[in-house]
This record gives sequence, structure tokens and C-alpha cells, in this order.
Amino acid sequence: MFIINCPYCGERDQTEFTCHGEAHIARPEKPSEVTDEEWGKYLFFRNNPKGMHFERWTHDHGCRRWFNVMRNTVTDNIIKTYKMGEPRPEIPNE
Amino acid sequence: MKYSLFNLIKNSFSYHENWEKAWSSPELKSEYDVVIVGGGGHGLGTAYYLAKEFGVKNIAVLEKGWIGGGNTGRNTTIIRSNYLWDESAALYNHAVNLWEGLSSELNFNVMFSQRGLFHLAHSVHDMQEISRRGYSNYLNGIDAEILNQEQVAKKIPHINVNGRYPVLGALLQRRAGTARHDAVAWGYARAAENLGVDIIQNCEVKGIDVSNGKVVGLQTTKGAVKVDKVGLVPAGHSSVLANMAGFSLPINSVPLQALVSEPVKPILDCVIMSNSVHVYVSQSDKGELVVGAGSDAYNSYSQRGSFDMIEHMMAPLVELFPIFSRLKMLRSWGGIVDVTPDRSPIIGKTPVKDLFINCGWGTGGFKATPGSAHVFAETVFKGEPNDIAAPFSIDRHFSGALVDEAAAAAVAH
Repeated sequence: MFIINCPYCGERDQTEFTCHGEAHIARPEKPSEVTDEEWGKYLFFRNNPKGMHFERWTHDHGCRRWFNVMRNTVTDNIIKTYKMGEPRPEIPNE
Repeated sequence: MKYSLFNLIKNSFSYHENWEKAWSSPELKSEYDVVIVGGGGHGLGTAYYLAKEFGVKNIAVLEKGWIGGGNTGRNTTIIRSNYLWDESAALYNHAVNLWEGLSSELNFNVMFSQRGLFHLAHSVHDMQEISRRGYSNYLNGIDAEILNQEQVAKKIPHINVNGRYPVLGALLQRRAGTARHDAVAWGYARAAENLGVDIIQNCEVKGIDVSNGKVVGLQTTKGAVKVDKVGLVPAGHSSVLANMAGFSLPINSVPLQALVSEPVKPILDCVIMSNSVHVYVSQSDKGELVVGAGSDAYNSYSQRGSFDMIEHMMAPLVELFPIFSRLKMLRSWGGIVDVTPDRSPIIGKTPVKDLFINCGWGTGGFKATPGSAHVFAETVFKGEPNDIAAPFSIDRHFSGALVDEAAAAAVAH
């Protein structure tokens, strides 16, 4: 179980939040012009890294806002939380 | 040595100290015709069927840990085939057909127990869902019985049908049940080795060598090996292996937990599943209740789930069976499961020639073990999937022909 630092509310218990999967996936600008393969990749294919993962969470039982989390999927350590629209943080050196 | 009553008596004269090992620990050779990566039930079974049905001689199974130490030994051992969609019904029922003869086929008692499985319905919608699925099962030749509340209460004496979410009925599959999960891995390992398969434990794959779009070798912790064909049969690390070969997968790896209680005398002679209140439970032959439910929603490779998921399992269990409320839970554990968008597995070819993959079984792969291994062996041997495996190709994510058991079951399964 995690303690998650909501960028709007501060530290709260994980049970207040929902994870919505990988962040920073851009929707193709012209969906009608991409191939089936490109569209399939956008919809379904994910990095699923063993290591640093960038993911979207919502604070459902709090401010109900979306934000991004940088978390290590091996240790489950949350390295950073940041607001939607902010750039993806650099992965820190070990 | 064949396991038989004769050999049991014979070995009793030497106090059972001279049984030969079920499988040995050979050295990794420098070259194989087929290498299977992953020594779980699906991988060992693939090697077994490749050797037995297709006569492949020079096979190795590489396992990064020990045989049966991965998700094969971490699941809740439930076996059923009452899936909604035709494609899934064909695949999982192929497995149940093989389960029924598996102990004698492998000469190893996998303790397959067809004790029946009840899918509980708690609302009008649930009743409609089990009716739809039940009739779909009829059409696919899978046994299904739709029961009302009274019939459920009569068949499961301790169930509380009048809880907060009352039990209105159930879908019963009598051919469903459980098996001893470790025995499945051990049985396939022993039978595969008898056919000449090298089972290499503590051998992790660190790299996949691709030349001109074809797989040519593997880099492992026990050295390099040249290969003609490779079958990737991982659980929990499918994306990691795919990345080594330069492609990605429509998979997220998430934690799934299970628990067992202290052992008690026989009290539950069937398997109970509820998608709505979300718990599944059966009683092992040792007497422990084996309990599972949903996976966590975030990606992780930590083999650890959230505490609140345990509460989510226990609350509906105690609501359905108030008699279990004073049982102590002895152990809980987590495994990492590879979940696809439609909750159906990926079986078939990859963008790399002669590299095949069988993964993405999510939260319900154990039940499919023999069927999955059987169709995948044919896929690896012939280079093309057969009719049962074909709908589960990676390409369905481009064509849109998903086998959407996620929507059918509303939960993990």
C-alpha cells in the first residue's frame, strides 16, 4: 500500500486513489490517417517497464483531479508526483 | 521408473529411499532445435507435447527460478471452461478435455478433482449474464446448469443467500474443479524429461539474438545457446522478454494476491466464484480454504499486493459464508500477472521469425495449462497456429477482433 502525495491535497492513503495506467501517451492527431497497426499500438500497446513507470492517477475520494506519478515498479517506490501538463521528469541516476 | 502399485510395493522394501529423481539437472548444451523460455506448467507442457506429438528431439526448457516456483505454484488452482465467447470456449474446453486424462497421460497424479464450480448471481443483471453465458456454453457443448436460489442453498449448505447482496442463483459447471498445481509442473517436467527434454533451472534469459529478422540464439546466465526456434512462455515478465527481441506487447503486469486459511475438516465440496461481490474460494485436500479475488490496478513487478485488496477478498467471503468468519488466514502471497486489454491470452507468432509467444494469461492461466501447451506446441512446430490458437494472435489488437472476456465477465477471471 502506498502513501501518495497528491499535488493538490498532499499525502493521502492509496485507497483514496485509482490508477489509470501509463501516462504521456499522445492520441494521434489525425486518427483517420493512421494505419490499423498504428491505431492498435496507440490503443493497446504499453511500455510496461520493469523499473521506472510514468502513470496517471486520480484522487477519487479527495479533490477528484488527475495527476501523474513516477514510480519504480520493482520496489513500488514513488519517486515523484506532478500535475497534468507538466513535462515528464528525468529518470534519476541510481 | 513408472509410478505404479508394483513399484510402490517394491520400493517399500528399501524404505522408499531408492526412488529415482523425477527429473535431473543437465548442463545447458550449446545448441538446441527448440528452446522454451519459462518452466511453468505452460512451458513444460509445450516441451512435453513437442517431444511426444511432434517428435522433436533436441529441446530445452529454461527456467530462471525453479520448476513450479512461479505463477504455476501461486494460483488458486481453479479449472473451468464456461467462457462466453466461442474462441475462449474452444480453448478452455480443449484444456478441460486434456485435464480429464492428464494423470494417466503423465503417469503422475495431478489430483484433478471435478467437484463442480458455482458462479453466483446477485442481481437481475447477474441472472441475465449467467443465462446468456449458460446458453452460450450449451451451444459450444460445455456443460452448464442454471440454478435458482433454492437450488443453490440446497447444494451449498453453509452459504448465506440473504446477505447484503443476496444470492439469486448460480451457473454450475460440474466438469469444473481444481487440481494440485505443483503436481502439474512436476508431472509435465518428469514426463518431458523422459522424452529427452533438458530442463535447465536457475537459468535466466538475458538477451535474445536476432539476425535478419530471425531468432538465432539466446544469452542466458548459464551462457549462450544457439537455437532454431524459441517459444517464450513467461508469466509476469512477458514485456521484459519481448523487449529483448525488439518488440512490445499489449500487456500490463499487475499484482494478484491469494490467501489460504488454517486447515479445517471438509466443509466446502465445490468451487465458489462471485464476480459481483468478487471472491472465489475452494477447499484444498489439506483442508485449507484457498481464497482469491481481483488484481491491483497498477503495474508492478514487486510480487506484493495492497492490503486493501485482502480486505476486499475477505468482506464478501464472510458475507457469503458467515461460518468462515472466525477462521484464521495462514498465508497470503502475491504473483505478477500479465493482463491484456481483452483479458484473453496471446498465442502465436511474433514480429521475429521462428520466435513464438504464449503469454498474457492474466489472472486465469492455470486452468488452461494443458490446452495452452498443446496448441502452442503445434504452433511452434508448424510455424502457424491451429484453429483453436489462431484467434489469440497479437494481430487481433490491430484488426479489432478482440476476444473480449473482460467485458463478458466484468472482472478478472
